[in-house]
Amino acid sequence: MADVETEAAGPVSTAQLYRTMLLIRRFEETVIELVNTNEIPGTTHEYIGEEAVAAGVCAALTEEDVITSTHRGHGHCIAKGADVSRMMAELMAKSTGLNHGRGGSMHVADFSVGMLGANGIVGAGVPFALGAAWAKREAGNRSIAVPFFGDGTMAQGILSECLNIASLWSLPVVFVCENNRYAVSLRLEDSLAGNIADHARAYGIRADVADGMDASDVYHRMTELASYVRAGNGPGFLQCDTYRYGGHHTAESSLKLTYRTPDEVAEWRDRDPIEALGKLLDNDTAQRTAGEVDDVMSDAVAFARQSPEPASESALDFAYADDRVHARGEEC
Amino acid sequence: MPRVRYMQALAEALADEMESDESVFVLGEDVRQSLRRVTYGLVDRFGTDRVLDTPLSEQAFTGFATGAALAGRRPVVEFQIPSLVYVAFDQIVNQAQKLSLMTGGQARVPVTYLVPGSGARRGLAGQHSDHPYSLLTHAGVCTVVPAMPDDAYGLFRAAIQHNDPVAVFAPAAVLGVRQELDELPTGVRLGKGRVHRSGHDVTVVAVGHLVHDALAVASELSERVSVEVFDPRTLMPFDWEGLITSVSKTQRLIVVDDTNRSAGLAGDIVATVTEHVTLRSKPQRVTRLDVAVPFSPKLESVVVPRRASILAAIERSVA
Repeated sequence: MADVETEAAGPVSTAQLYRTMLLIRRFEETVIELVNTNEIPGTTHEYIGEEAVAAGVCAALTEEDVITSTHRGHGHCIAKGADVSRMMAELMAKSTGLNHGRGGSMHVADFSVGMLGANGIVGAGVPFALGAAWAKREAGNRSIAVPFFGDGTMAQGILSECLNIASLWSLPVVFVCENNRYAVSLRLEDSLAGNIADHARAYGIRADVADGMDASDVYHRMTELASYVRAGNGPGFLQCDTYRYGGHHTAESSLKLTYRTPDEVAEWRDRDPIEALGKLLDNDTAQRTAGEVDDVMSDAVAFARQSPEPASESALDFAYADDRVHARGEEC
Repeated sequence: MPRVRYMQALAEALADEMESDESVFVLGEDVRQSLRRVTYGLVDRFGTDRVLDTPLSEQAFTGFATGAALAGRRPVVEFQIPSLVYVAFDQIVNQAQKLSLMTGGQARVPVTYLVPGSGARRGLAGQHSDHPYSLLTHAGVCTVVPAMPDDAYGLFRAAIQHNDPVAVFAPAAVLGVRQELDELPTGVRLGKGRVHRSGHDVTVVAVGHLVHDALAVASELSERVSVEVFDPRTLMPFDWEGLITSVSKTQRLIVVDDTNRSAGLAGDIVATVTEHVTLRSKPQRVTRLDVAVPFSPKLESVVVPRRASILAAIERSVA
């Protein structure tokens, strides 16, 4: 049995891309169940339907490269190589979580694999990528930084500021815009004048557009842009046209919002990125992968369930890196 | 002994830190030309890759500093005017300050925010006369407000060396203060207050430039009242032990602070101290009035704390 190669496979195989996407999908499906049973507190923002973007982009990155993420960060975290069990423990608020239960879904981070964190404020993490990229270049590193953000973020002032600075200072950054066409209920055409890629080009930044439902296309274009940026040509911008099958977050279904039709969702379901790539694999590989992913997931849930919650006395921990500074508690 | 000017002490602190630690760099608006004079000469000495002039993008360059800090550098961000802290507020209090806790300690953000010329300066009007230090203190950001040149030097260096975000507010009214100093201090720690004048009748806690006003009033009253002047120097972490020791001795408390009264710093100081010490007279607060500073210098002087109100507060306290 051989892996089926596609034009865009390169050093990362179709099977690897498929596995990453399937793992993200199963992770998110599991998360929805756990949110519904209240084992995961709060609400989460599912990446279902968008898997090709995280998988394709991160497959083109090295361990030295760093990413910053959004409120919809589970896919980025998995694709960048985070420990899935510790991710699940984090979402379940356990002390064994990646953030020791302090961050949850919206702040999940794994600095050991260059995932500098999901962020609850739209666009706020984008400048971190610029600063990290600059610092690494100053240190003689050829790594790049990749801020992920959505179509809605294009309207945030901070994003324009970052495009400007990245271009002016020729920073080794690839901006990745996950265009899923909606910012909660706001359609792209009601959110942004002009089109996404042209906004980047207005700052002199090379912008490419990928089919965000095709992991090979995303991977291929990201690889090219990453090489371009590593060679010192300045920043790049990758618009990935994708779609989220779920609501903005898990709570949306109870709100009965009507900003999109079931027909539209069905149309995009027909373009499921995992099914599409799966067609290029032989049955054995697909089944074996499904089995592996199921094992990873059941281990993750078991690990998270068995893990303890953080101790109450530790509520003020990590507030300051310097342990001579104490957060105000009740004593003073 | 040479007389060192406060502004010069700030500038030397930054230069000395940049000299001793390659990871330190400064960014902000007009820092190469050094409009605010703290960064004067640094670009010639250390080069353009350690002194960055930023576009007018406070949110982005504050976030940029956070990213650089996460990647191992020690940024010093200069906010040319105090109000720019408002523009960058999310990036300071909701991002940089919270990252360590939210990431369970994975993130470390050793960034320093410098506000040279904080507060009112006669005629700069509503948007150029604030001291945002109380807002940052309230949000848990380590914050220092040095009143003297030696503290400006020592605390600015300590702030840069500190591994958490630290905001350094250099009040406009003290930039020209001169102090006789043999040498500039090293090894100053955050979180320790300083008694500038010992006394036993009343403790006056004064912040920033008001230390000098408190000392002047104390001198004026010295025949009748023995005033102890306590300068917290660091607002977060505050030297509660030092202040409580002082007030346990005098049993009278006055807080003089040039920020707003409502939900304010002075209120926190009074509450915290009185939780630990029984006073022999009512505590007094001398604060700003809760309005935008009016342009008219005459009106400005009504809105900000002044010596007459400090004196009146002391008299009420010992009456």
